[in-house]
Amino acid sequence: MTSSEKKILSLSVMVSLAICVPQTAHGMHIMEGYLPPAFCVFWGALCLPFLVAGVIALRKLTQNQRRSLLLLAMTGAFVFVISSLKIPSVTGSCSHMTGTGLGALLFGVPVTSVLGIIVLVFQALLLAHGGLTTLGANTFSMAVAGPLVTVGLYQIGKKLRFPKLLNVFLAAALGDLFTYCVTSLQLAIAYPSAEGGIGASFLEFLTVFAPTQLPLAIIEGILTMLVMMGLQSYAKPELALLQNRKRGLFL
Amino acid sequence: MSRNGKIVLVSLIAVVVLALGPLFALRGAEFGGSDNAGSDKVAEITGEEYEPWFTPILEQLIGGELPGEVESLFFCVQTGLGVGVLAYGFGYLVARKKYGGASSEKNTNSEKKP
Repeated sequence: MTSSEKKILSLSVMVSLAICVPQTAHGMHIMEGYLPPAFCVFWGALCLPFLVAGVIALRKLTQNQRRSLLLLAMTGAFVFVISSLKIPSVTGSCSHMTGTGLGALLFGVPVTSVLGIIVLVFQALLLAHGGLTTLGANTFSMAVAGPLVTVGLYQIGKKLRFPKLLNVFLAAALGDLFTYCVTSLQLAIAYPSAEGGIGASFLEFLTVFAPTQLPLAIIEGILTMLVMMGLQSYAKPELALLQNRKRGLFL
Repeated sequence: MSRNGKIVLVSLIAVVVLALGPLFALRGAEFGGSDNAGSDKVAEITGEEYEPWFTPILEQLIGGELPGEVESLFFCVQTGLGVGVLAYGFGYLVARKKYGGASSEKNTNSEKKP
């Protein structure tokens, strides 16, 4: 990382902290206009360091590892496809998956956050799905929090010597599920219930999302695992390249 | 059939069952978006209909909600773009392994280390 890159990154961390920390008093996609402005700024600021680190990592990839760009495009495409498929669920409503697990496993969390925000902007502008004001909150849940869990679980699974495919499946599925837990939490903080406060409200939202999302999480796990299988058989050189590059924790 | 082939087959069947099961299990259900279920919940908790303070830009431009058919067009564009790139990628990789032989392996070693 060059010194100017370091400067930009630490600047983004500082901005993020400055905006997020003082507001301790107040605390699948959240719909446009459904979060109070202060929360929109808060979640957006929280994503900022990841996005900046992601752009830096992407620049490095394009400079040093052009061979991995095909995989990068495919990972982005995977997020595009997966998050456009609305699937019916047992609760009688439709929802869709995130598809960010694959990116997290291959390229790390920061790069994934950039891929995720591209998809979210597309959906917010053209589909009125999610929204520009809730972009920060949705980016955080789908492209930062979920991928963090995915990468974390994958590392733990690796230590425990889980079979690789099972490990990919579990990490991607639980990452997807966690995305919706975060969404519930975001809504709960913005709308604490009158009696039970944030906790009760959180459970309320969780009961809306969780049953819908559980089967979808399993599907996402399976699909991520299948793509990984395909890549393992046909893209060995690229995978080795990605594994060899120097990576920090979660990066 | 190879071990991988079996895994793929079983996985695909599981995906189809999981995805389409509810459609048959809950006949007559509406299958609206869960985002809408979320906003209903907001109304339930706060006790009043929440007025979104910002409406999507596209809806402001066309002065109303996006027609359902056009919305499905945009979703198809999104899926189509994604599938196109994925298919191109896998096509390239599979053909490289099939026809490239050892030469592609050699290239990896000459790749610049970061």
